Amino acid sequence: MKPPPFDYAAPSSVTEAVDLLAATEDAKLLAGGQSLMPLLALRLARPTLLVDLQDVEALSSIETSVRSVRFGAMVRQHQLVGSTSHPLIGSAARWIAHAAIRSRGTIGGSLAHADSAAELPVVATAVGATMEAVGRGRSRSIGADQFFHGLLQTALAEDEVLTAIDFPLPRRWGFAELARRHGDFALVLVAVAEMPSEDDRTHHWQIAVGGIEGTPRRCLNAEQEATVAGVHTAAQIEAVARLASTEIEAVDHLHASATYQRAMTAELVSRALTQAVEPTTISEPSQRETAP
Amino acid sequence: MRVEFTVNGSAESVEVEPRVTLADALREELGLTGTHLGCEHGVCGACTVLVDEQPVRSCLMLAVQARNASLQTIEGLERENGSLHPLQQAFSDCHGLQCGFCTPGMVMTAVHLLATNPDPTRDEIRAEMSANICRCTGYNSIVDSVEQAATARGALARDD
Repeated sequence: MKPPPFDYAAPSSVTEAVDLLAATEDAKLLAGGQSLMPLLALRLARPTLLVDLQDVEALSSIETSVRSVRFGAMVRQHQLVGSTSHPLIGSAARWIAHAAIRSRGTIGGSLAHADSAAELPVVATAVGATMEAVGRGRSRSIGADQFFHGLLQTALAEDEVLTAIDFPLPRRWGFAELARRHGDFALVLVAVAEMPSEDDRTHHWQIAVGGIEGTPRRCLNAEQEATVAGVHTAAQIEAVARLASTEIEAVDHLHASATYQRAMTAELVSRALTQAVEPTTISEPSQRETAP
Repeated sequence: MRVEFTVNGSAESVEVEPRVTLADALREELGLTGTHLGCEHGVCGACTVLVDEQPVRSCLMLAVQARNASLQTIEGLERENGSLHPLQQAFSDCHGLQCGFCTPGMVMTAVHLLATNPDPTRDEIRAEMSANICRCTGYNSIVDSVEQAATARGALARDD
């Protein structure tokens, strides 16, 4: 359970990091290490070089504007917990693993690792976050709908560094998660966000479900129902939740049958929408409850 | 690589390969074997230490990443006069340990909990301590221990 040998570099700029990635075969970025270190310990990853981003100060900024919050990729997850600048992230971050993981884990690391059972990829999908990536002599923005390609797969090229993520601010939002034990990856998790249109005149609902498929799933039919019919009554919320549960592609696995996953999708979409319209119902992971 | 940091207030310098974890540097290079290694891949919490006052699984951090950091380990909790830290005393009083293997990580997690939330509810204690796995106690006595330490520290604070 000891990592295999590798070289180590700690550049102080993104440009240096990109150059190191481009010049070295099988180099890997090290952000918070909370996913990479287990992979090294289990020897599932054997990089020749680790490029540690902790000295790149430019990656730790948080910039708040009227419509969105832009997080540097190396912002640590414990800094997100309870965030008032982006309350949906502040609420979802409480569900990320444990304090000792959030101390080191980063927002960019979680998104680049791209586990659909993790909180941040689902929130990024729900609000339509924009990932900013820098490669050799180029930089580009990638929307959340283009960023996640499959289980642990993203649009990032081998020499690209995810530098910042811009999270649009929802008008109303909710987040709900079901895990077998406190701090575990989710069996099912749901983020809902009511997003303003560009001219702020209208709003539409966006609903993302994680933990079931290889990437977070946007439930487009349920979103349409919520936006057009509204979520004013319990019956309307139930209708949206039922629709969402038909849009996911669930398969039986060791811990949950497909039927159970669909039932929990409906339950969690319902809870998240209820939070969105009645913020007093927002729950925290320390509140004990039995599985629904 | 040469790495410098402070451990429990004293400056230390170790020469390690990049692949050496912080846990192994503490144990093998500095002889601080109070930090225990259970699973070595970030699941059990036994190796929890504080890095710049934040709890960290020292098997999920490279020693080279800890350069210039301030570390606290279980060895640093005992008072100068030899008396136990309120959490150590509470774990003893409430039978918060049996074999003791998980205890250093449990105590360091609880140190951070009480530093950030001096008067936690039992549910909050359970939520926070769920980061650490114990195979002996069934956890109730661990929750009791943290609760007693919180009460004791509250009493200490009022006496000041």
